[in-house]
Amino acid sequence: MLELKKVSMQFDALKSLTELDLTVNKGEIVSVIGPNGAGKTTLFNVVTGIYTPTSGEVLLNGKSIAGQDPADVNRLGIARTFQNVRLFLNMSVIENVMSATYARTKSNIFSSALGLPSSRREERAVREKAEELLNFFGSRLTGYRWDQPAYSLSYANRRRLEIARALATNPKVLLLDEPAAGMNPKETQEITDVIGRLRAEKELTILVIEHDMHVVEGISDRVIALDHGVKIAEGDFDSVATHPDVVDAYLGKGSADRK
Amino acid sequence: MSEDTSKLGIGTDEWVAQHEKRLQRRAGLPGVIDLLNQRVSNRVRYSVLALVAIFFGLFVHNLYLLRIASNLGVFLMMTLGINIVMGFAGLLDLGFVAFYGFGAYAYALTSSSQLNQHWPTYLSVPAIVIVTAFLGYLVSLPSRRLFGDYLAIVTLFFGQIFIQLVLSSDSITFPGHTDSTDITGGSNGIPGLDPFRLFGRAFKSTTDYYWLLVVVLTLLLIAIVRIDRTRVGRAWRTIREDTLASQSMGIKVNNLKTLAFVVGAAIAGLAGAIFAGIQDAVFINGFDIPLLTLIYAAVILGGSGSIPGSIIGAFVMSVLPEILRVQNYSEFLFLAVLLVTIAVIGKNLKKFAINIGALVVIGYPVKALFYLSHLTTTPTKVWAIAPVSKVLQYWLVLPANRIVWGNMAFIALIALVAYYSIAHEAIKPWLLPFIAYIAIFLWEDRLVADASTTRQLIIGAMLVVMMIVRPQGFLGKARVEVL
Repeated sequence: MLELKKVSMQFDALKSLTELDLTVNKGEIVSVIGPNGAGKTTLFNVVTGIYTPTSGEVLLNGKSIAGQDPADVNRLGIARTFQNVRLFLNMSVIENVMSATYARTKSNIFSSALGLPSSRREERAVREKAEELLNFFGSRLTGYRWDQPAYSLSYANRRRLEIARALATNPKVLLLDEPAAGMNPKETQEITDVIGRLRAEKELTILVIEHDMHVVEGISDRVIALDHGVKIAEGDFDSVATHPDVVDAYLGKGSADRK
Repeated sequence: MSEDTSKLGIGTDEWVAQHEKRLQRRAGLPGVIDLLNQRVSNRVRYSVLALVAIFFGLFVHNLYLLRIASNLGVFLMMTLGINIVMGFAGLLDLGFVAFYGFGAYAYALTSSSQLNQHWPTYLSVPAIVIVTAFLGYLVSLPSRRLFGDYLAIVTLFFGQIFIQLVLSSDSITFPGHTDSTDITGGSNGIPGLDPFRLFGRAFKSTTDYYWLLVVVLTLLLIAIVRIDRTRVGRAWRTIREDTLASQSMGIKVNNLKTLAFVVGAAIAGLAGAIFAGIQDAVFINGFDIPLLTLIYAAVILGGSGSIPGSIIGAFVMSVLPEILRVQNYSEFLFLAVLLVTIAVIGKNLKKFAINIGALVVIGYPVKALFYLSHLTTTPTKVWAIAPVSKVLQYWLVLPANRIVWGNMAFIALIALVAYYSIAHEAIKPWLLPFIAYIAIFLWEDRLVADASTTRQLIIGAMLVVMMIVRPQGFLGKARVEVL
């Protein structure tokens, strides 16, 4: 589904990613772990078109997408959330989701201004779709919440809303950047379930960056560990979590031997 | 509002979400206004507005008032246009009046003896709208990569280019010709334009244009309200909120920026053509920075991004100067504002009475002092003709050299107001009557006679006060940037 071949990303003298190979198969949930500054978010930015890789290839279903505009990458079926939550804060909760259907809808200013039936129908459909997506999160984002501004939401709800917004673009691949950051244990458990349901119900392929090892353990088919832009380990959770290089990367050189 | 929210656990999602319901309603008149604000839908407000406009057209036959109303109509089109570009899409376009000027000049060139073109209105006005929209597209091209300050500078430059082009296009020598051709009339403008000809009649009077504007504005408002709440309007707002997130959700940011420019330009072009028709002539100095500042002031005052706000802002910015033009009205308005300000600062009736009493008492010793120093003069007949000044002449100092004393009072007023804002609470009540006295003196002796300066001062003061008290504008929503 999604494939990276020898992708490097260099900012002046700083090598953020070095010849990274990565494959995510259809319907798979792959987690990316690694210490801060390992290049995880850079990886997401390269995949979603925010950065053009210095070298290497990014393929979606075998077609190269590297260097394309973020909007085009999204239209090809890759949606993402952001590590530092980038909602449209001054728009209502439901508008946040509705706005993300932009690429899949057609009304232009003339049909909207004239209030043509086609435009009204589409508007109703968009609203229904947004309500349905928000209902995906149970009682967290329903009913009275819809017309409140996004800035009134709690931190955890903002992360949920961002996922709902990404879903509204009808993606095939979903990139989640630290979905459980800032959540309490109960909410963390919930988001773990949600990620599982996303694959089951929405048939999504999911790439997750996550620091919370309980989440990583709970959801991942495969785990990839990055350090200094280099892949240091890959495999199932247990093998990566106990991999000596990974332990070194997190706890400092030599930590693995001391144990 | 009546739902009981006290049973919810404090700190839970629902409790946080319903915090607004726990806020106490404001007491007295402000509370009633709040309530009305919540209950009355925008649909009702717009309908009332349309009805007022229709009744005004039916029953008011005073040409001066109709002229003011028509100017308001054109100005309103401009604020609605800039509200799309700046309010919805968040693009600071300082070349906006150039599109307006272009529309006006395009109408003048296609409907006058200047180039001997007399196009039918059905042809010229749509053509102007399309060409201005295309011009908006051209301007947006270099602006696609720019935001904020950078965009502002580029578009400001474009506006100035337009003015210089029009000014210098009065003597153009085409290749192969020896004599020069006058296209735009330079600083003399183009007089004697054809009136609009629509629906089988020539628009001879301001009333015709008034009704045209009522129709155009109604359609425009319906269109803009609809666009605002559907697909394109939402996408514009996402750009204003977070461009990167917007792109990552599949929204073509550059195309939408261009679209905002194009729509804004088309509206401005149409406004310009109608304005040229009303004016019966075009002059370049009407399309320069002063107009731009007025339009921006209107949108910012009303609340950027709010359509009702743009309407109120346009009303204030275009009708207020007309009121200030008449000495009688401007004096009443000034005293009313002054008294309300003192009342608001005083907070209760007793303090208000003391302040007014002190203000009156201050007047007589000052007048006596000036009289004994032989600095006073008798009021001129022109000055003492309005009711307010007729009363005030027995109390207020009328120095012989008004300009000098007025200027000194102006400096003193600014210094005192500045000091007031940082003064100790115990000193403030003592300062207030003096500030009020100097303000009245300044207004009556210096500013009333100099209407154009006064207008700008008032507008500036209003903006300053507004930005301090309510930075989001009168009807704008306070925007949250980062939480």
